[in-house]
Amino acid sequence: MAELRTNFAGIESPNPFWLASGPPTNTYGQVAKAFDQGWGGAVWKTIGEPIINVFSRYGSVDLGQTRMMGFNNIELISDRPIAENLKEIAEVKRNYPKHAVIASLMVESKREAWHEMVKQTEDTGADGIELNFGCPHGMSERGMGSAVGQVPDYTCQIVEWVKEVAMIPVIVKLTPNVTDITYIARAAVKGGADALSLINTINSIVGVDLSTFEPQPSVAGKSSHGGYCGPAVKPIALHLVSAVAADPSVKIPVSGIGGIASWRDAAEFIALGAGSLQVCTAVMHYGFRIVEDLIDGLANWMDERGHRTLADVRGRALPRVTKWEELDLNYHLLAHIDQDKCIKCELCWTACEDGAHQAIRRLERNNGGPVVEIIEEACVGCNLCAAVCPVQDCITMRKVPNDYAPVTWKEYAAGTGKLAPRSEHFHTATWSKSR
Amino acid sequence: MPDSTGALTDEQLASNFADIAPALTSDAALLEANKCLFCHDAPCTIACPTHIDVPAFIKKIATGNLRGSARVILDVNPFGHSCARACPVEVLCEGACVLNDRDEQPIKIALLQRHATDYVLEKKLKLFEPGKRTGKRVAIVGAGPAGLACARDLRRHGHDVTVFEAKTQPGGLNTYGIAEYKLKADVALAEVQDILDLGVELKTGVTVESIDRLLTQYDAVFVGVGLGTTKRLGIPGEDLRGVVDALTFIEHLKTHPYRETTVGRQVVVIGAGNTAIDAVTQAKRLGAAAATIVYRRGEADMPCYHYEYELAKRDGCGFRFNAAPQRIVPNGSGAVAGVEVRTASGSETIPCDMVIVAIGQGSRTELTWSKSHPKVFVGGDCANGGAEIVNAAAEGVAAAKKIDAMLGGKGR
Repeated sequence: MAELRTNFAGIESPNPFWLASGPPTNTYGQVAKAFDQGWGGAVWKTIGEPIINVFSRYGSVDLGQTRMMGFNNIELISDRPIAENLKEIAEVKRNYPKHAVIASLMVESKREAWHEMVKQTEDTGADGIELNFGCPHGMSERGMGSAVGQVPDYTCQIVEWVKEVAMIPVIVKLTPNVTDITYIARAAVKGGADALSLINTINSIVGVDLSTFEPQPSVAGKSSHGGYCGPAVKPIALHLVSAVAADPSVKIPVSGIGGIASWRDAAEFIALGAGSLQVCTAVMHYGFRIVEDLIDGLANWMDERGHRTLADVRGRALPRVTKWEELDLNYHLLAHIDQDKCIKCELCWTACEDGAHQAIRRLERNNGGPVVEIIEEACVGCNLCAAVCPVQDCITMRKVPNDYAPVTWKEYAAGTGKLAPRSEHFHTATWSKSR
Repeated sequence: MPDSTGALTDEQLASNFADIAPALTSDAALLEANKCLFCHDAPCTIACPTHIDVPAFIKKIATGNLRGSARVILDVNPFGHSCARACPVEVLCEGACVLNDRDEQPIKIALLQRHATDYVLEKKLKLFEPGKRTGKRVAIVGAGPAGLACARDLRRHGHDVTVFEAKTQPGGLNTYGIAEYKLKADVALAEVQDILDLGVELKTGVTVESIDRLLTQYDAVFVGVGLGTTKRLGIPGEDLRGVVDALTFIEHLKTHPYRETTVGRQVVVIGAGNTAIDAVTQAKRLGAAAATIVYRRGEADMPCYHYEYELAKRDGCGFRFNAAPQRIVPNGSGAVAGVEVRTASGSETIPCDMVIVAIGQGSRTELTWSKSHPKVFVGGDCANGGAEIVNAAAEGVAAAKKIDAMLGGKGR
């Protein structure tokens, strides 16, 4: 059986699945219930001077029948008194000593304020501190949240203040709303951070009500940009986690956040370097119970693949993330259609014809014979047909062997290495209206 | 003949004749619409005689553009409402859906079409306008789906159209002949009204006796008179009390409160086509204790669609195959007492108190026209020998294109 026990920057938890700081970690009752259902840790909803929230805080993006494919919020940090939050954190830690309990903090950018907050937090027995330098809405207007996380110097400075007094591990939560997240990550490392967590939410306007022209979520007819999250942001988060995890001047543990809803998502984050995983939107959608399959699925996958511990998986995909100029130009692929599986929807033809490289030929519909075939001399192996095909494994991409040694752009541009021959047939699309 | 409708309450009758395929809720329609793959050169569109762009109208449902969706349908098929309810989709669009090849249920195209077209009916949206007046005049004989489909498109082209209908109501078999649980007359009439509202002149209760005379007054004539009466069996006893032809039986049912249609306790329906199924299921639904199809050939020879056969079986109807009717047996007072049939093992009398004859309609003999006259166009059952609403609509639309071209229009 796979070992899921996690040690993240010295913070131990029975498994890598933590609740991310947010509405699900607002109270003792929620966190205790989550731990009872199997969650390994929880980052408390950000504590600071209590705020006042607006009514109507969340907006959602549906894709077809999939609800909450993307999700955004204009909710601020905890609206509960600091003392009350700290008292409940202490209580959770006392009752669940083996679980990871982390306090997320956000206070005004003053050294004394941070010192005071960190000391109070440590009195609770919390396992770690997460600095919320990421929230892109509301708090940033007051010089906190992403207003800190968008400026390397501010980030470094506040981490230094915190580390002056902190005895427990300090995690810095990064905002994706920057040009190059590695600059901020390095600043946090410079300030002494023990770990990073990312991504916080992405600046967004989630939609507009077309009968009233109110942006969503609407507050008395108006709205403000909010933080975007949910399954839609996962690819962005995977990229940023890998960028930080692979940066040679970072080298501290990274907690992966952003659209994690299944064990597969989790495994991908781990493979790209995440040491623990934080989940919020999926819990807001389906509840704490999803942790059962997160754990079960991850463990079964690890058992099947022979990975004994999370360390066996962590970062395994990282060496395969390279610059474009290091990709092999002599690796040629060809789409292959399994005609027995084809249901003749012609989606691949439409996509290739209009959206790609005109490399699929349409045949007359007759007697149940094939209706599409790959024009091999035109196919550039782009994957689009396989992506649109609604039948599993009907269109597969097959390697076309050649006798040429691999050559990267870097080598080719430098005059070393030879390109394998490519078809002259590229870019020959013709069209006439009568066709 | 005892009337078995008395055995049922009003609620039971209403339930028996309620829509067999109820409308989708908005949520269900969205769910279904989002399942559509949006095929290119879609087999469903090819399979539809009017070639409705099915993926396009379904996509519009998915985006919440119901008005646009209905327009895609009704643009090429003026009878999109009735087709959504009465089309044999199992052998047309839904039968062609590529999801069948993925071992899944096909998209519920008919119900989605109903979802879109119901929307414009309920909102009373006018999707089409008459074209700029050309001054050309076209006479249409028969206000069934073929004639009215032709009329609608001719009005869109700007031609003046007069429709002559022998019956008191327009709509043809849509109004009088589709099984009540599929299409009710009020829906059929509302659909017709939409067409009439484009400025079609309708003359009901008028029997046209001469196409030639119309040709002296109109620039073109479209003939869509449908078929004639149900064929006769040609066996003794056919005129006994309690023998009725299927179309008369169904028309009565559709034009009166359910309780006013008489049905026997034991009903025999002779024939095994789709009309025979409509007759036997509706006899059963009216309260007959037993309703049985009697067919001279075998199960595999039945001309009805398979799903219609299945429906009749689900309704509890009986089937006697390889039983050729020889004579309708009278009781002592000149009413039906049974049907004598010849079977492989000899002669036998199936007892019954009502016989419904459903062996197909003959062609119209009372009206003739020149098939080669350049100004005479024909469509619907009288041209194709008897087919579906969708075929009639397609033929009416096609004829309108030809007529428009002949009258100097673009023929689109």
